[in-house]
Amino acid sequence: MSKLVNSIKEAVQKVGLKDGMTISFHHHMRNGDFVLNMVLEAIAELGYKDLTVNASSVFDVHEPIIGHVKNGVVTGIECNYMGGKVGKAICEGLMEKPVIFRTHGGRPSDMEKGTSHIDVAFIAAPTADDMGNCTGKYGKSACGSMGYAFADAMNADKVVVITDNLVPHPLVDFSISEIYVDYVVEVDQIGNPAGIVSGTTKITRDPVGLKMADYAAKVIEASGLLKDGFSFQTGAGGATLATAKYVQDIMLAKGIKGSYGMGGITKYMVEMLNNGCFQALLDVQCFDLDAVQSIRENPKHMEVTATHYAGVSGKSAAVDNLDVVLLGATQVDLDFGVNVHTDSNGYIMGGSGGHSDTAAGAKLTMIIAPLIRARLPLVVEKCLCTSTPGSTVDVVVTQRGIAVNTKYGKNQELKEALKKAKLPVVEIEDLKRMAEEIAGTPKPVQLTDKVVAHVMYRDGTLLDTIKAVK
Amino acid sequence: MKINTSAVAGTLESSDVYVKVEPCETLEIEIESVVYNQFAEQIEATIKAVLAELGVESGKVSVNDKGAIDCVIQARVETAVKRAGGEK
Repeated sequence: MSKLVNSIKEAVQKVGLKDGMTISFHHHMRNGDFVLNMVLEAIAELGYKDLTVNASSVFDVHEPIIGHVKNGVVTGIECNYMGGKVGKAICEGLMEKPVIFRTHGGRPSDMEKGTSHIDVAFIAAPTADDMGNCTGKYGKSACGSMGYAFADAMNADKVVVITDNLVPHPLVDFSISEIYVDYVVEVDQIGNPAGIVSGTTKITRDPVGLKMADYAAKVIEASGLLKDGFSFQTGAGGATLATAKYVQDIMLAKGIKGSYGMGGITKYMVEMLNNGCFQALLDVQCFDLDAVQSIRENPKHMEVTATHYAGVSGKSAAVDNLDVVLLGATQVDLDFGVNVHTDSNGYIMGGSGGHSDTAAGAKLTMIIAPLIRARLPLVVEKCLCTSTPGSTVDVVVTQRGIAVNTKYGKNQELKEALKKAKLPVVEIEDLKRMAEEIAGTPKPVQLTDKVVAHVMYRDGTLLDTIKAVK
Repeated sequence: MKINTSAVAGTLESSDVYVKVEPCETLEIEIESVVYNQFAEQIEATIKAVLAELGVESGKVSVNDKGAIDCVIQARVETAVKRAGGEK
């Protein structure tokens, strides 16, 4: 028996795709992904209409989806993150139906709870056998972890694996099992691995960023959480990576043995694992090729599913045991709510990803961002979009001061500890005032009443909406 | 001060502003900015104040602003004007 078919078109016809169905994709090839575009092109040529695309993320490389929306092939988009190119079109009123944003934990959990149904999942697999066992660890297009794709494979009615490295059955060290897979297609290239590396995955050399990182590391040290058993997640921003470096220095100097590092994994987290700072890495996606190599070669660098990482449908998730998470923000408001969905002009250029999941789980949720970016103050009266509720945020670190969130009856001890460590503790209102003294007060952005996106919280409830830009 | 020749100052880096000054019979100001919606009026007022202080009555000033704060805009406009007026 073999599940191999000759083309994407043949697979689409064999799975019985119909107008109005929902198809899904995962984003481990990130901005190097070819599969979403290839599948939509095949589907468009076959004349299908009115499909909903549920992709864990939509990157700039997926810009052709705008054309498929205009032609009526795609009428719904659901994702956890959306790059600026498609985001701008959405905010200019591209679609009738609002985009649905979920979180990295909410997306798989909604599938598992049955509130988000996938008719056909297309899985970009860097290596697969002809029965559909597949993995991201090997092959010319290796992307490492395939964490987000598990829920799609396990919950979709039909599953198509698309690979550019077909190997004899049975594939050794598979991630996703053949039991979920209906068809396998071999193509020339599923993507360009160079596109996996996001533009921000380097330690900053900007003095403002280094100052923020220095404060952030000192906050972690002063919090009392940096001890044996420490668990930690960082994003891939320049200043957060610099913070990770400083945290590593402290851990090595004091001989602290942490338990796990998590998240999108970069070479800096791999370095911390190899230097004995962590017992293990829990990896839901690789942010660079060093991480891809590590997950392939080091058994302590483990692939986890998105549900295991951040879901709410499992009996527990790894975010629940996080000590510290470092997160970015485009805006923070006076209630400590955070916007990572839209830019200061109201255009979509991001999404929650795991932002609100980790914020909800971690003991210490830290936002790290400059006081002012290109004349725009970080702290605003009210965020244009609330991506992460203020009640789940503990500290905002800028180069001019650190605000501790005591608004929800917590963190009083932390505030005292930071003051005792001689860190520049200020109120969130002070950060807003300081920025406006330097930059001026920005005029509020004008938005229309047309809702272009719904932002769903990890538990499936509506957190906020995004309106079209005037 | 008179705008005798065209001159530039500044860069297109984030938080800077690129200012170009050219001779023109009237006074014209052209603003392009990443924070146009939030700060266009303030940017124009700042440029006008610098020009008035330097006694510039005619010339074309075009700015491509990448989110510069007022003191940066002032410095870049002043430098461009002085270069255009023949000051070294």
